[in-house]
Amino acid sequence: MDLQALGLTLRLAAVTTILLLGIGVPLAFWIVSTRSRLRPLIEALSTLPILLPPTVLGFYLLVLLGPRTPFGRAAIHLFGHPLSFSFAGLVVGSVIYSLPFAVQPLIAGFHAVDPALVEQARLLGASRLRILSEILLPLSMRSLVAAATLCFTHTVGEFGVVLMIGGDIPGATRTLSIAIYDQVQDFSYPAANRTALLLLGFALAALLLLYTRRSREALGHG
Amino acid sequence: MVEISARLHQGAFTLDIACALESQWTVIFGPSGAGKSTLLRILAGLIAPQAGRISMEREPLLDTIAGISTPAGRRGIGFVTQQAALFPHLTAAENVAFGLHGESSESRRRRVTEMLRFFGAESLAARKPAQLSGGERQRVALARALAPNPKLLLLDEPLAALDDASAQDILARLLQLPTRIVYVSHDVTEIWPLPADVIVLENGRVTATGPLQQVLAPQRDRLLKLLRS
Repeated sequence: MDLQALGLTLRLAAVTTILLLGIGVPLAFWIVSTRSRLRPLIEALSTLPILLPPTVLGFYLLVLLGPRTPFGRAAIHLFGHPLSFSFAGLVVGSVIYSLPFAVQPLIAGFHAVDPALVEQARLLGASRLRILSEILLPLSMRSLVAAATLCFTHTVGEFGVVLMIGGDIPGATRTLSIAIYDQVQDFSYPAANRTALLLLGFALAALLLLYTRRSREALGHG
Repeated sequence: MVEISARLHQGAFTLDIACALESQWTVIFGPSGAGKSTLLRILAGLIAPQAGRISMEREPLLDTIAGISTPAGRRGIGFVTQQAALFPHLTAAENVAFGLHGESSESRRRRVTEMLRFFGAESLAARKPAQLSGGERQRVALARALAPNPKLLLLDEPLAALDDASAQDILARLLQLPTRIVYVSHDVTEIWPLPADVIVLENGRVTATGPLQQVLAPQRDRLLKLLRS
């Protein structure tokens, strides 16, 4: 078992999940509450990574993060090195790649809150921030937990985007899914099997936890 | 005095009204689909009419020509509907305190107790909405709407789903309030004893206004027939 890859994967998933909740909550709230004509465009862009092949996203991110773009040059100025082939670059890629897994459950959760409650909060003088933090979020905890679980699990299993942006640098960008690829290339099938089983078990456990919780809540035991 | 003129087209329905609320109690009366709830939602600032003007004690809340539209939360208007719409994750006391944001905790606590006591719901303070009966929920919803001391209280059939005893008790308490109240109902027996003016709405238009018994008595049979249809 590549413990270094395991540690890096968990760190990447944790950082990505925290950042995605920070971005996803205000973005989902904007999408459900705005009357802006930009809404369909923003909603489509935030859902795009589900449909795009990871290599397409990875390719464009690789170009964007490189030293030939203003964003890439700004990143070099800020971090002292290009974002591509670094842990920070992986975080940027993972956040974009897993964005729909944060935003979509949150949009569904916010839509499920009775609009009469939001109207009452407005009538009682609540600001948009209070409506989000004191009404919508507490009543959408199930969706928040689902979003966090899906983001974490999806990031743990990432391959295409990680390989395109980060390559395969031990301790810096080699995640578990890249480690499996390496193990297969080396014909180390037993090692690849152990790593694959770990990822399979992890994904299954996360989904089981999510659905068990949902099922208990539906039965009124949550 | 509250002066209202509003024109709103929503699909096949058109609301086109001009009226004034002069007495402390005004009943908006009419059959289902006449536009009663729509009128209240326009007053509350929850829907914007295509054209209109609303002023309360000469202060403009809405003027589509001048581009004025005071947000719902700053109109000083409370609104209670048949559906209490209490925040399910908060206790009755926390629900009532919601509109008192910015006040000191002592002043909020005092006001919450005062309002719950006024509606005979003081013992319910620590309960969540799921643990309350329909009548208890309406008492808490009324306490919540009145806690910030609104200038106008809009009541959209708030007692329609309650038993007679609860409805009569709540109505008696509402009649003690100094607040200006607009009361929507299509229950003639419920509104008949109220010391109120009435605005009769039919198909989105005002068809009669004036003291309630004076306006409704001559056309009681016609209105009852209209309501039954």
